[in-house]
Amino acid sequence: MKAAFDTVVVGGGVMGAAAALRLAEGGMRVALCEARQLGMGASGVNAGTLSIQTKRVPLIPYAVRGYELWKQAGDAVGFKETGSLTLAYNESEAHGLRQRMTARRNAGAPIEFITAAAARSLEPRIREGLAAASFCAADGYANASLTGVYYRSRLRAAGVDVRELTPAQRIVPGDQGVRVYTPAGMLRARRALLATGAWAKTMAEQIGVPLPIRLRVNTVSVTERMPKLIHAVIAHASGMLTLKQAANGTVLIGGAWQGRGSPDDWHGDIAPESLIANLRLAQFVLPELAGSRVVRCWTGFEAQTPDSVPLAGPMPGANNVFVLCCVRSGYTIGPYIGALMADAMLGHEPELPLFDPARLSVVSAQRSGAVESE
Amino acid sequence: MEAASGPRLGADGDAPLAEELDRCGADRAYECYVWHVAKLPAGEASAPVYEISTLGHEGCGQIHGRALVIATGARERFYPRPGWTLPGVFGLGAASVMLQSRVLPGSHVVVVGPGAMAQSVARQIKDCGGEVVAHVDPNSRRRWVEAVSRLAQRVGFLARRRAGSAGAAGRDAPKYHGWDVATINGASAVESVTLQRVDEKWRPLARHNPRTISADALCIGYGLAPAAEMYQLLGARLRYAPALGGWTPVVDRSQRTDVSRLYGAGDSAGVLGAPAAYNTGRMAALSAAFDLGRLDRASYEREMRAAHRVQARAARAASALADLTRPRSSAMAWVPDATIVCRCESITAGELRGAIGEGAREINALKAATRCGMGPCGGRACEEGAAALLESARYSRERIGKLTARAPLRPLPLTALTGTFAYSDIPFPQAADT
Repeated sequence: MKAAFDTVVVGGGVMGAAAALRLAEGGMRVALCEARQLGMGASGVNAGTLSIQTKRVPLIPYAVRGYELWKQAGDAVGFKETGSLTLAYNESEAHGLRQRMTARRNAGAPIEFITAAAARSLEPRIREGLAAASFCAADGYANASLTGVYYRSRLRAAGVDVRELTPAQRIVPGDQGVRVYTPAGMLRARRALLATGAWAKTMAEQIGVPLPIRLRVNTVSVTERMPKLIHAVIAHASGMLTLKQAANGTVLIGGAWQGRGSPDDWHGDIAPESLIANLRLAQFVLPELAGSRVVRCWTGFEAQTPDSVPLAGPMPGANNVFVLCCVRSGYTIGPYIGALMADAMLGHEPELPLFDPARLSVVSAQRSGAVESE
Repeated sequence: MEAASGPRLGADGDAPLAEELDRCGADRAYECYVWHVAKLPAGEASAPVYEISTLGHEGCGQIHGRALVIATGARERFYPRPGWTLPGVFGLGAASVMLQSRVLPGSHVVVVGPGAMAQSVARQIKDCGGEVVAHVDPNSRRRWVEAVSRLAQRVGFLARRRAGSAGAAGRDAPKYHGWDVATINGASAVESVTLQRVDEKWRPLARHNPRTISADALCIGYGLAPAAEMYQLLGARLRYAPALGGWTPVVDRSQRTDVSRLYGAGDSAGVLGAPAAYNTGRMAALSAAFDLGRLDRASYEREMRAAHRVQARAARAASALADLTRPRSSAMAWVPDATIVCRCESITAGELRGAIGEGAREINALKAATRCGMGPCGGRACEEGAAALLESARYSRERIGKLTARAPLRPLPLTALTGTFAYSDIPFPQAADT
């Protein structure tokens, strides 16, 4: 099989775009197929939190490096380094906060515990009555809406053949290479990388690999423009709240409260009771939000493995197909782990270890065998 | 409109309908605002499926129903014009609402728009004692004559009567057929409006001299589009149907959408105007009653046959006039770069053209790139103009798509949603990051 491309990357979110960039910089001929436009899934609709403090321990080294890459992107993605505060309002929350933040600090996150008074002097408008607080200076946020614009220009500059509005309908792995079928024709490549976020499960099933991943439908809300209320990214010890105020005054309220829907029909939606709980927590922490209006609420799909660790490596049993998905906190980590994945595909030793999908025994055990030879 | 503001049903002729509604035994909730609709996963056969989230005098609430009829009406389509953000510029719909309360938009008013809505606003202004200094319609007189004769052909007597009355209503105001607004001028409010000649596609004709008219208000609009957000939230299929106002839910001839037990009525299911609205509402109700087993087949079929006959006539009438108001991206293509398209976020035509040049092809990608449509109006004022710019870049409206509908359907005070609560009542699930 004569391959027009060294690699076809399927999926134009942060993961796929970052991998495609590095592959092209490494000398490969790369095409990127995206069903819609770049950065229109979770990469474009998440709350934009770039926080090392809120990351799980195994991912902290990756988050530290991902954060640096967003910082380098700077204004092009609306990057702001503001620091982040995590707040506990009772003893049980404080206990959990101390445990988690100690573990994260030991893993390399520059987190410090601060007094209630110090937290309130940093952010005078947060509610009194703190039981504990932690602060991480090297945290901030970016404007996730700009993901697509940012990567489109970088991918073009790097010579990647970007094909938007071009869904990969069928991926056929083989010993000699991979064929990717789209409505605009078939692409031959030596290898394919599946970086389709919440759509990875359906696409992997299509090539006969049952990925044991489940879906999360995360809710985000935004208020009208408000006078300056907060400077830092504010999180709650439960992990169920992020708050940040953009330069234009709007306040973004996140926290991964669960909505409804499925990526199969591209239809996600808020669940009213979940939204209301999210907003109540936000108003509790920042009482002046009571004077705001909620302009818009939306959801993004996030995929999760049983062990909550990413899938990043060869797709078990599907020759020449690689998969990169289920990176919880994928927005922060995406630019880094995408490049890491590309390094491995370029034959380099990655700077940090990847996350071999074969570890999930169910993947190899249930594999139904759909390799097609050329 | 998503918010019902008491039993005010259209014009004076509808008073009996309001009385009928009061007598019919239905629960009515006025000044009750629907901010979200959802279809819950199917439970037992009799379980409620539709969840309507409301905000009324009692605060937030929910209504559950086994079937849902959407009758949210239409909203206006605008093409931004230089100066359209000045105080004194009104949408035709807003002007019409004001005039129903006998509030004049100004003393010397320019009324601009294709078709019957501008005519009606011009008439109401005069009825309220205002002066219409110019009634501007971008359609040529010839196009009007064609439309009216089509109407006469298709619906006969009724059309002649309507065409006649429409002509009489506009008699006093200076008519500008085949003209459109070039600029709206003024330091801090409307002082004058400059008009330009336009061709059949509403493109400016450079060889004609513009004309400037002194005025203190402008009422403008370029037609109506179905208010389709609820259908979008429910995942119903939409199609782009210019003759029905634009993006329209797909309904069968008995008003069923492709979502089970979801029905579309009135202009929200395709802009056909008031005569059709009563009938499509009736058909939606018949379908719902039949689907829920509350109406026997014989009655259903008999009543539906009669409704289909009425509908065929209404649809013929609407289609005769549809050409006058259908969206034309060429009416947007000439707008200068400095003109604001998205009023909420102050995004100009030039910024949008720049983002399109850099690769935005879908309306939602254009929104992400520029913030156009992210403000409090949710894109209601700017979507048509922004989509027309994409269309001018040779993308099809099907590909351009429609802005994703989001809850709340209109901005809501945060406390309306949060109500009174205690911290200990917040139902924390297992945290995501622990």
